[in-house]
Amino acid sequence: MKKNVPMAIVFVLGVFFIIQFFIPSRPSQMIFNKAIEWDMVIFVFASVIAVDSLVRHHIIKINRKNKGWGYSIVYLGAALFMVLAAVFSGTREGSFYMKIFNYALAPMQSTMFAILAFYMASASYRAFRAKSTEATMLLISAFIVMIGLIPQGAAVWSGFPKLSEWLMLVPNMAAKRGITFGIGLGITATSLKIILGIERNWMGGQ
Amino acid sequence: MGKLKMVLLACLLLPVLALGLEPPTDLKLADAPNDDGSIIIITWKPSVSESEPGFAGYNIERSEFPSDSFAMIAWVPKGTDVHEDNTIETMGKSYYYRIAAVTRDSAIALSAIAGPVATTQSWFHAGKLNTLIGTVLFIAITLLYIFWARRGNLFIRRIAGLDAVEEAVGRATEMGKPILYCNGIGWIDSISTVASLNILGQISKKVAEYDTPLLVPTADPVVHAVAREMVKEGYNSAGRPDLFKEDSVYFITSDQMGYAAALAGIMSREKPATNFFMGYYAAESLVLAESGAATGAIQIAGTDQISQLPFFITACDYTLIGEELYAASAYLSKEPLLVGSLKGQDACKLLIILFVLAGTIAAIIFRSDLIYNMFTIQ
Repeated sequence: MKKNVPMAIVFVLGVFFIIQFFIPSRPSQMIFNKAIEWDMVIFVFASVIAVDSLVRHHIIKINRKNKGWGYSIVYLGAALFMVLAAVFSGTREGSFYMKIFNYALAPMQSTMFAILAFYMASASYRAFRAKSTEATMLLISAFIVMIGLIPQGAAVWSGFPKLSEWLMLVPNMAAKRGITFGIGLGITATSLKIILGIERNWMGGQ
Repeated sequence: MGKLKMVLLACLLLPVLALGLEPPTDLKLADAPNDDGSIIIITWKPSVSESEPGFAGYNIERSEFPSDSFAMIAWVPKGTDVHEDNTIETMGKSYYYRIAAVTRDSAIALSAIAGPVATTQSWFHAGKLNTLIGTVLFIAITLLYIFWARRGNLFIRRIAGLDAVEEAVGRATEMGKPILYCNGIGWIDSISTVASLNILGQISKKVAEYDTPLLVPTADPVVHAVAREMVKEGYNSAGRPDLFKEDSVYFITSDQMGYAAALAGIMSREKPATNFFMGYYAAESLVLAESGAATGAIQIAGTDQISQLPFFITACDYTLIGEELYAASAYLSKEPLLVGSLKGQDACKLLIILFVLAGTIAAIIFRSDLIYNMFTIQ
């Protein structure tokens, strides 16, 4: 019962929505939109479980004095502070909550995003070492693509931009499409396996 | 008074007369095919005055009556000769249209009224017929291979990244350090997240056998709920339910960069011996992979996000590219039915390659786009 009911629901709804995809009529669209709304309901219920898990995780860490338990205090304090700010000042533009969001949280997010530039430099250093034939080809093609995208490249040789474009549109695109074919088939096969109950890992593999 | 009216009228008509503004002609209306009865397609022959200076575009007007009560529903710039009115609320109701050529001086020239036209809803999307045939064919081939898989073992090629899973788990056990498993930032409706959860199920069984600590920080509440159940079941399947720790699977945040920062912190503090990055990733992929590489952990990644694959390939020891992520569950479990579906995928891939070759030959030698049109999505 515990296993058969979820599998039956997945099978019935899976087959139904495959059929629904080919029916553009209003009742069909209405059912689809309603299902999307239900997604949000599930999300709300799951959020309660998630927040409970989050708080519990940090409280356990503080109680056991695990490594980095001080960060957990900072986290819980910050989370509580934001909740209280939202409750007492509201979430409208110009409110205290939004000021914290705009002047503390958003810059922190931007900082994390900016760190990417440094990681890209270190990753590029690793990737562009000509240790093998393939790595050498990668290095040469990357050099051509990069030099073709800057004005100085065209100043050195007018063919660089065209060569760069060709590399991106022909060999690069061919590889991308090959991967995309595989992904498309993989997605379809995985969905089919779940709908037919062949793939049961999501239920613990029973 | 009469003279004054005449003068005012002349003033109003002056820009039109000066420009010699012509209206659009040959107005045609059609109910859009393959829709839910909410779209009417309007086509027209552009005004001959389009090339004149000051010509702006067209006002599209609609009415429920044949001669009056027209209201503007859209404006389109010059050069346009077709418009989809997707604001129809009542199916089967008759509508009338006219189009006004408009100048920057607000002079207008009205076309003849066209109509009536009424919408109907379709019960089958004819434009998706090729998709339907493809889907049925794919399902049939996959089911055929699954059926064959019941009879005996089918060979599947080795995937280095998945062969390394056992080694990676073993290494963490020897070092007495945890394994970090990241599901990415995808929602549960992303198939790559589902595939990642399937792999987590397999890995949690192995982890339970070795009694290695497992950390599963999640970025989505629904994914968190499913991941926790899967890890729990994994421990149960391995016969070690006592080893499962409730707080080993925990939610962090749905915020992309918040998630990346938290994981980078976990990696630098906990120093996991093995990091798994499976599922849907975006810009945070390199932050995670580089942070992990800096700690010296073995890293196995897998995603179907083509734009993130180069980062993972560069910064991780093994990377599952695209479909390999979906094959992982079958590969790790070695279950005949799952392996059969993999073989079905390969057969379909061969079919696609044959179509690509046929399409290329048809286009180059016969100058025909017959094969290309077969795969056009409408």
